[in-house]
Amino acid sequence: MGAYVLRRILQSLLILLGVSFLTFVLLYLIPVDPARQIAGRSASTETVENIREQLGLNLPFYKQYFRYLVSLLHGDFGRSYLQKTEVATLIASRFPVSLLLMVGAIFCELLIGLSTGLIAALRRNTPTDIGLMVLSFVGVSSPQLVIGILLLYVFAVQLGWFPIGGYGTFRHMVLPSLTLGFLQAGWYSRMMRSSMIDVFRQDFVRTARAKGLTRAQVLFGHALPNAILPIIAMVGIDIGLFMSGIVVVESVFGWPGIGQLAWQTIRRVDIPIIIGVTLVSAFAIVLGNFLADLIAPLIDPRIKLR
Amino acid sequence: MSEVSIPQESTGAPAREHTLVKRLLRRKLAAFALFLIFVIVGAVTFASVVAPFDPDEQFFDGLTLQGAPLPPGERFWLGTDLLGRYLLSRLIYGARTSLIIGIVASGIAVAVGALVGILADFFRGWVETVLMRFTDLMMAFPALLLAITLAALFRPSLWIVAMVNWVQMARVVYTETRSLSEREFIVAERAMGVGIFQVLFRHILPHLLSSIVVFGTLGISTTVLLEATLSYLGVGVQPPTPSWGNIIYENQTYFTSALWLVFFPGIAIIALALGFNMLGYALREVLDPTQKGKQ
Repeated sequence: MGAYVLRRILQSLLILLGVSFLTFVLLYLIPVDPARQIAGRSASTETVENIREQLGLNLPFYKQYFRYLVSLLHGDFGRSYLQKTEVATLIASRFPVSLLLMVGAIFCELLIGLSTGLIAALRRNTPTDIGLMVLSFVGVSSPQLVIGILLLYVFAVQLGWFPIGGYGTFRHMVLPSLTLGFLQAGWYSRMMRSSMIDVFRQDFVRTARAKGLTRAQVLFGHALPNAILPIIAMVGIDIGLFMSGIVVVESVFGWPGIGQLAWQTIRRVDIPIIIGVTLVSAFAIVLGNFLADLIAPLIDPRIKLR
Repeated sequence: MSEVSIPQESTGAPAREHTLVKRLLRRKLAAFALFLIFVIVGAVTFASVVAPFDPDEQFFDGLTLQGAPLPPGERFWLGTDLLGRYLLSRLIYGARTSLIIGIVASGIAVAVGALVGILADFFRGWVETVLMRFTDLMMAFPALLLAITLAALFRPSLWIVAMVNWVQMARVVYTETRSLSEREFIVAERAMGVGIFQVLFRHILPHLLSSIVVFGTLGISTTVLLEATLSYLGVGVQPPTPSWGNIIYENQTYFTSALWLVFFPGIAIIALALGFNMLGYALREVLDPTQKGKQ
């Protein structure tokens, strides 16, 4: 286990190094001159040259990359072109807000996905099962922007149960979390269904039945834990989808996280911020995958470590 | 002993395709999926006949006296948009944009992914390491953010959508080619001196075909959703070309008073993505014998 963890840590670090290199190449290739962006349109050529010197933009490629890497390791993501603030500060203040939304989304997707999957498995091949599975297909085929706007219209505008947008109380959190979790709920539902069906076929369930346990005892004591745990271990992988999803969900609901930050900067082409958000997301994804790989074998000893 | 009856040689591809379609149609979900796709493709093909009006025409009577868009009614079935253009016509022409991007970008993504996977296995050594580690690296980026970054840095284009979606295909093709090329019949052929390309086209590609078809179909759904989202964020298809995503983008600020401008394009996106999603899964079940009985 120790060697496995160490190897996974090294792999993750290598990927992060690759991420930093790829984002640097993107920054290097952009047809926008950062020095000119910072100096402003009316600045003299001399000022622009000075800024270029300061940022090290006239250094050779590898030296620039090295500078970039060192500053990333110091938590320095550069300065926003337009807001004149540190990108790291901007992201640090907004990331927890996004994290809160993701926690809500994980709760929603598991609640919806696992319960519908369980019902479908128990009512296998009945109209309920087929209906739920069609619904799960609809779920994974629905863009979050549509789900978000429709939920907003029905529950906030028409019924007035929830605020139209913003951030602060628990009631602000419900609709955005539901929207963000909805997409994955469909996958969890399908996974739960097939996992339950697999578990029902296994010997230990038959043994539990045979020794005279009631249906409920078998279900809650033996079948459910064995079906649910491996699924929950995969939550870490969802971070990748959430990182994409928050851009849309936060912009629909006016949720002030890093997704909204990314969305606001798209049009203004404030590249350090966009790259900063991408970097942080990649980091979160690598971490999420790492945790998923770490937790899965702890929960299910049958998983072979490689 | 009387003569042994030799089973009739199956008549090759056409017959198999025939049974494939038949087997698909026997499944209710797949039949429904094919129906959805058929309707949308039909509307796109005959757009100029089906669409009642020109999608860019701003009707004088397309707005209320106060200048608000018209709700669905007798003259304009699905209502009009903020500029007094007929929503149904825009949806039909928008379907063309969404469908073309979906199919072409997914096609490119599948081709790139398959190529990367096959090349990695064929050259092994450092080519394999570079290609597959790059694939791992791409997986660390959230697809939408990467697409947004690329669109902001360069220019929104179909290539961007394709370039963020090839990764999964590359992994699948790589894994399958890898295990295939270690099987006896391939090793034997290579040992007999059959050329790489002949092995590739005669044996490897046919084996990969079902994965490629399944992934390509599911990929169309992913691509349609990605295009809609990018257009909604303003970095996808640029107006005045209608696409389902940018119809929502153009009208979203008025959704509280004109929900139909978001609702109908939304339903259209879901229908198209749903069609290709369900078709992809049905294809996987039909084409992959190991999936049998899992339903």
